[in-house]
Amino acid sequence: MTVRSRVPFYVFVFLLIAAGIAVATWRHLELGIPWMTGEQRPVWMIEARVDFEGQGAPAEVSLHIPEQPPGFRILTEQAASPGYGFSILDSNAGRRAEWTKREVSGPQTLYFKAQFVPDEDTLQAPPGRIPRAQPVFWEEPQATAVRELLSQASERSSSPESMTRELIRLMQPDNRTQNTTLLVSDENYLQLLVRMLNHAGIAARTADALKLEDARRRQQLVPFLQIYNGERWLTFDPRTAEQGVPENLLLWRQGSESLLDVVGGDDSQVSFSMLRQTVPALQLATLESNANGLSVLGFYQLPIEEQSMFRMLLLLPIGALIVAFMRIVIGIRTSGTFMPVLIAVAFVQTTLVPGLIAFLSVVSIGLVLRGYLSSLNLLLVSRISALIILVIFITAGLSIIGYQMGFNTGMTVTFFPMVIIAWTIERMSILWEEEGAREVLVQGSGSLFVAICAYLAMSTPLAGHLTFNFPELHLVVLGLILLMGQYTGYKLSELKRFTPMKVYD
Amino acid sequence: MDWISPRRLKKLGMLNMNRRNVDYIARYNDRSSYPLVDNKLKTKLAVSEYGVKTPKLLQVVRQQHEISHFRDMAADLKGFAIKPAKGSGGKGITVITGRDGDDFVKASGARIPAAMLERHLTNILAGLYSLAGTPDVAIVENLVQSSPALARYSFQGVPDIRIVVFQGYPVMAMLRLATTASDGKANLHQGAVGVGLDIGSGKSLNAVQFNRPITLHPDTGLALENIGIDDWENMLEMAARCYEATGLGYMGVDLVVDANEGPLLLELNARPGLAIQMANGCGLLPRLNAIEDLKRPHFSPRERAQFAMESFARR
Repeated sequence: MTVRSRVPFYVFVFLLIAAGIAVATWRHLELGIPWMTGEQRPVWMIEARVDFEGQGAPAEVSLHIPEQPPGFRILTEQAASPGYGFSILDSNAGRRAEWTKREVSGPQTLYFKAQFVPDEDTLQAPPGRIPRAQPVFWEEPQATAVRELLSQASERSSSPESMTRELIRLMQPDNRTQNTTLLVSDENYLQLLVRMLNHAGIAARTADALKLEDARRRQQLVPFLQIYNGERWLTFDPRTAEQGVPENLLLWRQGSESLLDVVGGDDSQVSFSMLRQTVPALQLATLESNANGLSVLGFYQLPIEEQSMFRMLLLLPIGALIVAFMRIVIGIRTSGTFMPVLIAVAFVQTTLVPGLIAFLSVVSIGLVLRGYLSSLNLLLVSRISALIILVIFITAGLSIIGYQMGFNTGMTVTFFPMVIIAWTIERMSILWEEEGAREVLVQGSGSLFVAICAYLAMSTPLAGHLTFNFPELHLVVLGLILLMGQYTGYKLSELKRFTPMKVYD
Repeated sequence: MDWISPRRLKKLGMLNMNRRNVDYIARYNDRSSYPLVDNKLKTKLAVSEYGVKTPKLLQVVRQQHEISHFRDMAADLKGFAIKPAKGSGGKGITVITGRDGDDFVKASGARIPAAMLERHLTNILAGLYSLAGTPDVAIVENLVQSSPALARYSFQGVPDIRIVVFQGYPVMAMLRLATTASDGKANLHQGAVGVGLDIGSGKSLNAVQFNRPITLHPDTGLALENIGIDDWENMLEMAARCYEATGLGYMGVDLVVDANEGPLLLELNARPGLAIQMANGCGLLPRLNAIEDLKRPHFSPRERAQFAMESFARR
């Protein structure tokens, strides 16, 4: 009879709700599980195709593949190359895909496919050891020209970045001087830049990139220039002096390592084709969750069968919430507290209209048969047992008749919980005898109304999505139900019931 | 549709279902006392020690085989009532008022054979009417001979008096009259008439049926304005005494007035309904608050009854 303070209770409920929302938000941010269903994310599917002519000898093909291209994450990687042994080798110098075969002759084609997810947060990995500028030896008269150009560039610049930009600008055809014409020929332009920068004491190298455009085939890698500014490698377009990696540029190869090595083959070449795909954000999160420690909190790692069971199970709290709300705040009378939820679960599997028809026909046939049972003077337990068997007969009968008449929906009757239906019939029947048909109608339609509401809430794709992918949101549902348990205000139905009190006011 | 605003209900002090459950039943009624009121047999035994009279117990049927004794016992009885010990809301109560050859005559005048009564007993034992569907026992009680002064207002059935007792203080009372609609039962939600009674005098206030105010009994046509209950103070004291017997802080006490034996306790209810407020035309909350605010509660049932008569009388 002590009146306990309700403050700890409200604090507890608040903590529950806050924890639920916080964990869900955290998982949304960390794992990228979307709030909404049907959210799509772009993914680039890139296929590298290696062609070469076999010489009738053992062949070994080694292709450089990207390790951590800035602005992208690698989602999947696979190789298609019948008859070849395949492996991916990780080394200090980079990652390489290697195909091997004992005897190769004639034209050969090998494929390597990878999916890349655009992700602005992925930065370039810092280099393992600090790169140093390589000393370069020049012969006259190039040496003088180089010295001249470098001093021009360095005069107009203040940092390695601006120096690089200036140098590229000086080397462009429209402002070429005698010095540049002497040095530049078409093939060696990029190599020349790298050597000149190294000569100026700036570590520089080449990189190969792919311009991403949807549905392009037979693309070649485009060379880019990279310099080291003391912290990380910076990428420059050697034609426009533009700095940085544009969004649609995938750096396939960085560093001096070769792109393709073929041992035991001639005429080797590599070309790329690409495709922009969209993948459901949820699928993406599921694929990536395997690599993430947070995945422990989700259901994705369970076997599929258990997953679908949980999908159903996790909807139940929504139904319970609806029932609690309907009974506590609205004040709708139902027969059996949670019978509506179980009926709603059955509706989810049968869909509404066939489920409603099936349920009503089973219950009304059951009520007629129950009328006969009550005249048999049976004990309660055996009467209920007999009723369960009759309900099974009725459902089986309805299924068969429905099937013969060409309605497959007849089969869905079997989703209803037999024991619950038997008890519902029993309760309704007693209610009928004691309180009359009106009360049966009131409670029956109340139960069906709540069941339909629960069904509508549970069958929305969003509810299924949120409850399954964010199971922690059930803490919020729990908190709300606890709060409702403390609701001492008037029910909506009581405002109607107590209306005659107006005269006494 | 006609609605009343929550603010007006609050002003009237109307107790609602959620508040009753959370603030009164859950707080003042100890769960361990529930079996005492949910089982009529236990109630009878418990209150008898506190000097509260109940209808005479004729037979207790506990086992299926004991049903065969029922026919012998009932052979020369004119009237009796069969009740499930754990029944609620008047469910499963059969009142027999007379005999017609081998058949029994119910209060409604319907004739039922002995075999049907035995089936009814079987149903009771199997737990059909008990609160949780658990096995039950059936009790057979002496038929209450309602005092003619009150009986004439009721259509069949015995009029009973519901008194809500809060922490041992009778706070509100009403007279419940059976109607054809209620099939001789005195339950308001089944269509019985509820007549509010002034706690101070035992005189009738307002009457309602199906939550609607009425002035005449729908079946007997008698005016419901000037009903008075005799021996009112003793009845209140009797109700107050049930608090000591059960320890339930918030309960409904159902009394009947027997022509020969005076006031008898029919049953106790740990979850009394809210319709009593409509029969009285006022809310329970002000009275409940007044008792919660008492600095020195009264110790004897008589003092509490007198306090209630002074404090809650209609002015």
